[in-house]
Amino acid sequence: MSDTDTSPSSRGTTVTEDPTSTPTEAGEGNDRVGLVRTTDPTPRPSVLAGAGLGRGPDLGFLASSVASSALIVLVVVFVGVFLLWLAVPALAANHANFLLSNDWNMDPAQLSFGILGLLWTTVITSVIAMVIAVPIAIGIALLISQYVRPRVGRAIGFVVDLLAAVPSVIFGLWGITTFAPALRPVSAFLSTYLGWIPLFSPALPVPDGSAFTAGIVLAMMILPIVTAISRDVFAQTPREEVEAALALGATKWETIRLAVLPYGRSGVIAAAMLGLGRALGETIAVMIILSKPAGGPIDVSVFAGGETFASTIAANSGEFDHPLKTGAFIAAGLVLFIVTFVVNAAARVIAERGKAKA
Amino acid sequence: MLKNRMTKLAALVALGTLGLAGCSSGTPVQPAGGGNSAPGGGQSETGNGALACPGGELVGSGSSAQKSALQTMIKAYTDQCEGTKIEYSSPGSGDGIKAFIAKQVDWAGTDSALKTKPAEGQDASEMEQAAERCDAPAWNLPMVVGPVAFAYNLDGITDLNLDAEVLAEIFKGEITKWNDPAIAALNEGVDLPDLAISVFFRSKESGTTENMTKYLQAASDGAWTEDPSKAWKGKVGEGKAETADVADAVNNTAGGLSYMEWGAALERNLGIAKLAGTELNSQSVGEAIDGAEIVGTDGDLSLELKYDGLPETAYPAVMVTYEAVCSGGQDAAKTALLKDFLGYFASAEGQGQLEAIGYAPLPESMIKQVEDSIAAIK
Repeated sequence: MSDTDTSPSSRGTTVTEDPTSTPTEAGEGNDRVGLVRTTDPTPRPSVLAGAGLGRGPDLGFLASSVASSALIVLVVVFVGVFLLWLAVPALAANHANFLLSNDWNMDPAQLSFGILGLLWTTVITSVIAMVIAVPIAIGIALLISQYVRPRVGRAIGFVVDLLAAVPSVIFGLWGITTFAPALRPVSAFLSTYLGWIPLFSPALPVPDGSAFTAGIVLAMMILPIVTAISRDVFAQTPREEVEAALALGATKWETIRLAVLPYGRSGVIAAAMLGLGRALGETIAVMIILSKPAGGPIDVSVFAGGETFASTIAANSGEFDHPLKTGAFIAAGLVLFIVTFVVNAAARVIAERGKAKA
Repeated sequence: MLKNRMTKLAALVALGTLGLAGCSSGTPVQPAGGGNSAPGGGQSETGNGALACPGGELVGSGSSAQKSALQTMIKAYTDQCEGTKIEYSSPGSGDGIKAFIAKQVDWAGTDSALKTKPAEGQDASEMEQAAERCDAPAWNLPMVVGPVAFAYNLDGITDLNLDAEVLAEIFKGEITKWNDPAIAALNEGVDLPDLAISVFFRSKESGTTENMTKYLQAASDGAWTEDPSKAWKGKVGEGKAETADVADAVNNTAGGLSYMEWGAALERNLGIAKLAGTELNSQSVGEAIDGAEIVGTDGDLSLELKYDGLPETAYPAVMVTYEAVCSGGQDAAKTALLKDFLGYFASAEGQGQLEAIGYAPLPESMIKQVEDSIAAIK
C-alpha cells in the first residue's frame, strides 16, 4: 500500500521522509502513506556537500566522526586478523576435519580437533532459548504496549528490565544449584513420554548439566533484550493504522494481527537476532551449568551435556601452554565470531528490508 | 507529589546503603600484611621468634589445588610479619609456569614438577627455560601434599571401600551401578542401592586429574590403560570446570562420584571412599610420601611417587604440589623474603596449619630436605 521510493535515482521526486530514521512517529508531518508526493526539482545532495563544510569546527567535527568510525572498523578488522593469525598454524597442523569431527586431542604431536560438538551444543542451547524467550517477549511487549494502562506498562517493563541487570554468573550459580534440581521432574517427564524422538531421548541420569537447563536459563537472560526492543517497536505503530483497523470493526486481537504485528515484524526480528547473538556468545552462565561430556559420538539429546564455543575457551584459557593449543581454541573462537557476524548481518538485512517495505 | 516521595525514598535508601558500607569488618580482601605496605617492616611483638621478617613484596601464581593452602600460609606469615605483601593467584599450573618463565611472578605453584623434556614443537624444556629465566637452576620444592579424595554421595552409607581397579572400570563406563558385584565384593555387609553412578570429572586441564590417573595407571593392574594426562581420558562422566563445581555436583546428585582435593570434600561433608581398605588421613598420606623417591638433582626435590607396592597403611592416591623457585640470581631483598616465607611454609608450624583445611603435612624427613634446599638458595 505505501509505496515509498527512497532510492536516489527517483527522478526529480522526493518523498518527504527521512530515510535514516527508525519507524517514524505518526503525525510528525511525514507523509508515510505515500499517496501525495512533493515534487522537488533539486537532485539529492551528495554525501558531503550540503554538510556545511568550510568552517573549522565543522571540519573538525567531520574529521573526528570519520576517525571514530574508522577506528571501530579497524578494531573489528584487527580482531578478525588476530584470530586468523593465531588459528591458521593450528588449523594447518590439524589431523582431523575441523568442521565435521568431534575430536579434541590437544597433544601437539597429534593435534586433532573438530568443532562439530561445540557447534551443535551452541546452536541447540540458543535455539531452545529463542523458542522459549521470543514468544514470551512478544507477548509481554504486546501486553505493555497494547493492553494495559501506561503506568502499569512502565512497572511491568521496569521489572523485566531488572532481569537484564542480573549478572550472568549469578544466573549460572542459581541455575546449577537451585533451578536445575527443580527442573528434574520436567526433564524426566519429557524424556519418558517424548523419549522416542532422538532430541528428547534420556541422556544424563541426572540432567542437571544438560543443554535443556542451559537453554532455559539462557531464555531468561535474553528475554529482557527482546522484550525491550519489541516494546518500543509496537509502541511506535502509527495511530492511524490502529485506528483504521478499529474503525473497520476489528477486535483487539484482530487489530494486533492486522496492524501492529505486520508493522513491527522487522523490528521484532531484529530484536530476536540481538537476543540470539547474546545467547550464542554467553559464556559464564553456560560454563557453570553445562557438564562437558566425556567424549565419543555426539549425543543429540537436549538432556545431554556439552560445551559451547564460549564456555570451552573460557574454561581452558588457563592452560594455553603451547601455541598450537592456543591456536586450536582461537580457531573455535573464530567460528563463533563468524557465526555471530552472520547472524547480526542477517538481522540488519531483514530489518532494513522490513523498513523499506513498510 | 508521588515523584517527590519516590525521590526522597530513593535518597534514603542510598544513604542507608552508604552508611552500611562504612561498617565493613575491616578484613582485607588480599592477604596483605596489616595494610601497611612500607618495605622493610619489623617483626610484630607476638611474632614467631624464628622468622626474620625481611619485608617486601612477592608475587606467585599457578596451581589451584594449592590455593587454600597458600592463602592460609600467606595470611599466617603476613600476620606475623607486618609490612610484607605476598600475593598468589591461581589460574592453573600451566599459566603459572608460563608467568614464572616470563619473569612476571617470583615463583610458580605447580601440580607437577617442571618438565625436563621439551614439549612437542618447542626446543627447550620447562626446566631449561626456567634456568634461563633465573640465570641459575630452577628448583622444585614440594610444599603442599594434597591427597586426592574419591568423594561420593550415597544416602546413609558412611563407609565405602573402593580400589584402583574398580575405579578404573567405573571411569571407563564398564561399571554403571552402585550395586554392581565388583563394588559389592569390596563392601561386604553394606547395602548398596540400585542407583546409577554419576561420574564427574574436571573439564579444565588439571594437575589433580593427572595425579589421579597416575595412581590409576600404576595401581589398577592393567585396568586403566590411558596415559596419565591433565585432560580427562575416561569414557563416561560429566565435566565441570573447577574443583568447587565438581564437588558441588557430587553434593547435589544422588549417586555422584568424583575425585577432588581432600579439602573440597571435607568442606561439603561428602563421603570419602577408602582405597583398598585404607582410610584417608594425615597418617596414611604421610606413609605414602615416605615411600617416594627424589629424582631431582642438587637442591631440586622433584619426587617420583609410588602408587603401587606401598604398605597397607599408606593411602596411595596422593598428590604433591611444588613451588618452582629460582635457586639464585635474583634480587637480594626478594630472595631474602622468599627464603623466609618458604622457611615458614616448610616448618612444622606452617605445615601444621594445613591439616585443618584438607592437606596433609610433609613428613619429617621431607621437611628436613626442603629446609636444606631453601637454605641453599642464593
